Amino acid sequence: MDKIDRRLFLKIASLSILGVTAGSLLEVVNPKDFKDNSIEPLTKLKAKRWAMAIDLTAINEAIINNCINKCHVTHNVPNLRDKQHEVKWIWQEKYSAVFNEGDNDFNLTTLYKNKNIPVLCNQCDNPPCVRVCPTKATFSRDDGIVVMDMHRCIGCRFCMAACPYGSRSFNWTDPRPYIDKINEEYPTREKGVVEKCDFCMERLDRGELPICVEESKNTIIFGDIGNKNSEIYNILSRRTFLRRKEHLGTRPQIFYLI
Amino acid sequence: MYDKGKIIAGLIIGMLIIMLPFWLNIGKTRKLPDPKLSEKAKLAEKCILPTDEMRSAHQVLLVEWRDLAVRDGERLYYSEYNQKKYEISLENTCMDCHSNKKEFCDECHNFAGVTGGSSPTCWNCHNEPKE
Repeated sequence: MDKIDRRLFLKIASLSILGVTAGSLLEVVNPKDFKDNSIEPLTKLKAKRWAMAIDLTAINEAIINNCINKCHVTHNVPNLRDKQHEVKWIWQEKYSAVFNEGDNDFNLTTLYKNKNIPVLCNQCDNPPCVRVCPTKATFSRDDGIVVMDMHRCIGCRFCMAACPYGSRSFNWTDPRPYIDKINEEYPTREKGVVEKCDFCMERLDRGELPICVEESKNTIIFGDIGNKNSEIYNILSRRTFLRRKEHLGTRPQIFYLI
Repeated sequence: MYDKGKIIAGLIIGMLIIMLPFWLNIGKTRKLPDPKLSEKAKLAEKCILPTDEMRSAHQVLLVEWRDLAVRDGERLYYSEYNQKKYEISLENTCMDCHSNKKEFCDECHNFAGVTGGSSPTCWNCHNEPKE
């Protein structure tokens, strides 16, 4: 046999490396399939930045009431009549009370002055509640959702003082007696914790849209504003919108289309 | 020492009272906990970890699951042990199979005194299965 020259050596060497690594290469291409799925694979909805646009030109009180109702039933939100003890994730408020800064008498938005509009946690990009929480019970997820970890909440209510939108409620009593029918698939809360809307993160993680979006008859648009091809990005780039108390620098991610 | 008799008598009576639980239970045996599996759990044969590990460290797993679901938004768990996928959820996964909390969880928890108001507090918020 001829003397092994450089070319041949390189050929043999590269082929043997390929031979040795082929197995693991195949594994990368074909990840080991789960043999027996005890659940349907969850296709989590992912985003760079979740945001919500509420179309005030289309939404009406019937739709809002339905959204509130479905949200509160799904998340076991108690129905406490006492205004001081009330717990709410999404509710309605007069337009003039929501956008109450400045003079609304002679501008574009006079149209909505007496209209009820839905309000919920603004899922701020710069959330003051997260900054003040002493236990990191409330935190921002990578996709921008401001989440409450009920396991960590000590009920100090700093977050409630910090939130400029009043989006948070404190459980002054055990909420269970005030829930008409408990949704067994979702936990309730207990006395002494703060709660709020979390963009239905448990539904997003299961591949479903937030319940209010589903019930809104397309008057609430939900999506990823980190993605320039998304519907919400498109809508926000061509329509006029308002955000609550923008001057505070919280960068709210609920956009009201007008 | 003054009042020797009274003091010694008092000490003896005090000791007797302190040791009352021992005197009352002397010679008695107590039934060991015997957790029962639900039909669904029996059919599944394997839990997500070997029985020994579940027995001694289910609380560790629950804490890991809690952090995965709430803090990391990760709701899918793959069990190396039985090669199955599960949704990370106390109510919808664990208690779906172990739907007999009274005969299963409470059996040992009551025996070991891991119960009551403060420990564990899972059920203050999470829904117990209807039995």
